[in-house]
Amino acid sequence: MSESVQTAGAKAAGVPDTSGTRAVTVVDRVFRNPVLGPLAALVLACVVFSLLTDNFFSVNNFSLILQQSVVVGTLALGQTIIILTGGIDLANGAIMVLGTLVIAKIAADSLNLQLPALFVGLLVCAALGAVSGLIVSRLGLPPFIVTLGLLTILQAASRLYTKETVVVEPGPLTFLSSGTYLFGYFRITLGVVVVLLSVAVLHYALTRTAWGRHVYAVGNNELAAKRTGINTKRVLMSVYVLAGVLYALAALQAFGRSPATSPNAFPTANLDTITAVVIGGTSLFGGRGTVLGSYLGALIVLVLQSGLTQAGIDPLYQNIVTGILVIAAVALDTVTRKKAR
Amino acid sequence: MNDIVLEARGIVKRYGHVTAVAGADFDLRAGEILAVIGDNGAGKSSLIKVLSGDVVPDAGEVLLDGKPVHFKSPHDAQLAGIETVYQDLAMAPALDIATNLFLGREIRRKGPLGSVLRMLDVKEMRAQSRQQMDALGITTLQSITQPVDSLSGGQRQTVAVARAAAFGRRVVIMDEPTAALGVRESKGVLDLIRRIRDTGIPVVLISHDMPAVFEVADRIHIHRLGRRACVVRPGDHEMNEVVGIMTGALPPPAAAEAS
Amino acid sequence: MNVTKRTARTLAAAAVLLAVPTALAGCSDTQTGGTTGGGEGEAVKIGLVTKTDSNPYFVSMRDAATAAAEAGGAELVARAGTADGDNDSQVAAVENLIAAGVKAILITPNDSTAIVPTLEAAQAQGIFVAALDTPTDGNKGVDATWATDNTLAGEQQGAYVKAALAGKPPVLAMLDLQPGVTVGDQRHAGFLKGMGLTDDSPEIAGRQDTNGDQAKGQTAMENLLQTNGQINAVYTINEPAAIGAATALSNAGRTADVVVGSIDGGCAGVTAVKNGQIAATVMQFPSKMAEEGVKAALAFAADGTKPTVPATGYIDTGVQLVTDKPLEGLPSEDTAWGLENCWGSAS
Ligand SMILES: Nc1ncnc2c1ncn2[C@@H]1O[C@H](COP(=O)(O)OP(=O)(O)O)[C@@H](O)[C@H]1O
Ligand SMILES: [Mg+2]
Repeated sequence: MSESVQTAGAKAAGVPDTSGTRAVTVVDRVFRNPVLGPLAALVLACVVFSLLTDNFFSVNNFSLILQQSVVVGTLALGQTIIILTGGIDLANGAIMVLGTLVIAKIAADSLNLQLPALFVGLLVCAALGAVSGLIVSRLGLPPFIVTLGLLTILQAASRLYTKETVVVEPGPLTFLSSGTYLFGYFRITLGVVVVLLSVAVLHYALTRTAWGRHVYAVGNNELAAKRTGINTKRVLMSVYVLAGVLYALAALQAFGRSPATSPNAFPTANLDTITAVVIGGTSLFGGRGTVLGSYLGALIVLVLQSGLTQAGIDPLYQNIVTGILVIAAVALDTVTRKKAR
Repeated sequence: MNDIVLEARGIVKRYGHVTAVAGADFDLRAGEILAVIGDNGAGKSSLIKVLSGDVVPDAGEVLLDGKPVHFKSPHDAQLAGIETVYQDLAMAPALDIATNLFLGREIRRKGPLGSVLRMLDVKEMRAQSRQQMDALGITTLQSITQPVDSLSGGQRQTVAVARAAAFGRRVVIMDEPTAALGVRESKGVLDLIRRIRDTGIPVVLISHDMPAVFEVADRIHIHRLGRRACVVRPGDHEMNEVVGIMTGALPPPAAAEAS
Repeated sequence: MNVTKRTARTLAAAAVLLAVPTALAGCSDTQTGGTTGGGEGEAVKIGLVTKTDSNPYFVSMRDAATAAAEAGGAELVARAGTADGDNDSQVAAVENLIAAGVKAILITPNDSTAIVPTLEAAQAQGIFVAALDTPTDGNKGVDATWATDNTLAGEQQGAYVKAALAGKPPVLAMLDLQPGVTVGDQRHAGFLKGMGLTDDSPEIAGRQDTNGDQAKGQTAMENLLQTNGQINAVYTINEPAAIGAATALSNAGRTADVVVGSIDGGCAGVTAVKNGQIAATVMQFPSKMAEEGVKAALAFAADGTKPTVPATGYIDTGVQLVTDKPLEGLPSEDTAWGLENCWGSAS
């Protein structure tokens, strides 16, 4: 039985380290390490498409898929920590889009305004996160309803704010699009570096700090967490505000992908991130899961998209496979929780 | 000579139109095991939840070492040194034993790793957890890194008791800790309670198990219809007398307040 | 042969992909298999990116493009945005098409402005790029555009409604798309021009946004009838909105004395004209856009030639007034012709 300090958090977070009572099988291992499932699916999908198509297995294509992951990947991180507390965020895309609009409008006049605009956008996103957080933690309303309401409000507010596509000049806001070639030919953008860093930092915070344990504890059983002396309202608040900050980061990532934004952008980001989170092995019931898995989940969807394009297959098959993965992941979670009972 | 550690006067707690606690008094003395008994629904749990900060009373006051305290959350009570094992347990099932033991008071690494990066000292917490389990003579747990949801009800109870024992500096409160336990496990918990008392920390034990109560308690607080009916010493009364007072079949003895 | 190869690939991929969840659920062995894509003499690949893959308008565009590509010995790879207005998914689709090695990309942009840099990147790689149905901002990032003259389409609807009122003063309800969308603005403006009105004319009894949706069109019409019972003419942004409006009118017993005009030429819309729910519709030709776009792509792949674009900035694929009640001075086709040339299916 391993007791390495390094993996302590992950174990605590997801998964049993049952000592020697049962023989450790491959199945057990998949059950125990929540990242293995999505990782296996990702690798398998890559292998399949590499065999099936001429162009999928190329440095260029993998670089592209990473670049495509930055926005939904970042949004999914915020979604993950909220789902870990037993909540859900239907408004994440709408918060980010309003953030991009605010930033773009402020920065429209001058390059010098880009950094201040970014700061205002950050405040707007964090404040909107705080609004959800306040209502959820203080009034105890269900996050589904709170964020559904917020989504509806923000979609309208964004359209009242501007009806057009707004474009920002190349500058600090589009900074994340810049990149360099690793080993001569693997193009890696700053946006990709930032999303990978975000995953790493959040993974650390969730697994190696007291805050992370409190997030899991709140998601496990909020009353119990409160009785062990955790300030559950503050934990919830911190999670929603941090999610808001991550949405602001996603807004910046969005400018790195495309300098233009509009109130119609990213209409399905909420469901896309929930899909990524679920495929990534995080339980919708809260208290179990990893941000790493969520990012892998986002990558899986993109790999399907890319691979099916390469193979010239109807994109609707992507939806079918994604749907199957979602159900499979939830089934796996349900089995895991039943086993745990 | 004031040796009363925890005291409550005229506590009232209502849930909607149900009055769970109707002007109850409570005294816990230094170094004693105080049993609290009463019918189901008498308001025992509600009373101790007031003492542990889990609920805020509608009226009445709580005093710790003679000074009024106003607990707004269990955290406040914990800061004051009061630890509680709740009837419906308080644990995060997906997290492991050591994590649960230290939940809410994690130990961070020394130096910048801890102060800047806020890194947890997992090794230290596990070591201390193991020590605590050994010190309490708890042997039924296989590993400190088992998640709590892989434990039996009795094992979970033991972990909760161990946590209270580890961190209770002033008072340890246990709400029916043996209700879900087998004979052997119950005996373990009772031993544990004695051992906590022997370290000088008074224990409040809510229980329906009369023989156990008579075995370990120094005094018995009999709760009836939301308030304290009387306090008796196990030596002064027969078990069936006590049960009679508890159910209202017998009137409380005249010199009720045992001194 | 192309067809069979594609089908085989589809089946192989689907089969293997279905194994993914099984593996996720704990199967230890990695499944390999399927066929490797054939190497020699690959057909020319043409990418098509529509706004969504659910709207019958885009489905007919896609079917026509697929047929035209196959006729020219090329392979059409069809992608779509996830939702109307969503730029990001179209960006990813274009990137993936570039990575897949297409020679040409045909796109109906969800965001005419935001998509431009991505299309310019495609052009920079020597790919022929054309917009279908919806032009990009200033026609940037494309080599050609095939589209409907939406102002003209609106104007024909307006002229018909005006003539059908036969001199009665119009009391007009306008069922618009949504604010800030060019197509909606152009049709709206064209319609008013055809009616000889302006946005400030007192003849306009009211206007509502419908998002081009049947249910919203019905609600909007119901509300407008509540505000003004004298309404005798209805402008609609498209046929679903018109059918919704017709339902509201029929529920209110007003079908006979209100003229409903529309635009689109979908088979369901033409059927509604035939049934008398809509007085007249102006047909547009998505399959023609797709066919001409694919033809130009094939020509470009063969010898690098690009089509010449007129000064308007786009190649007009034409409009056609369809009605069973032809009016003096307004050339039209009847619904029999309409049902032969409509897009989508009538059911
Ligand atoms: N959270 C609550 N909401 C509503 N009623 C409650 C709540 N907690 C306890 N009660 C009610 O208060 C009364 C006393 O309950 P409790 O304190 O649990 O009694 P005991 O622990 O002595 O069995 C009961 O009638 C119970 O139903
Ligand atoms: Mg009780």
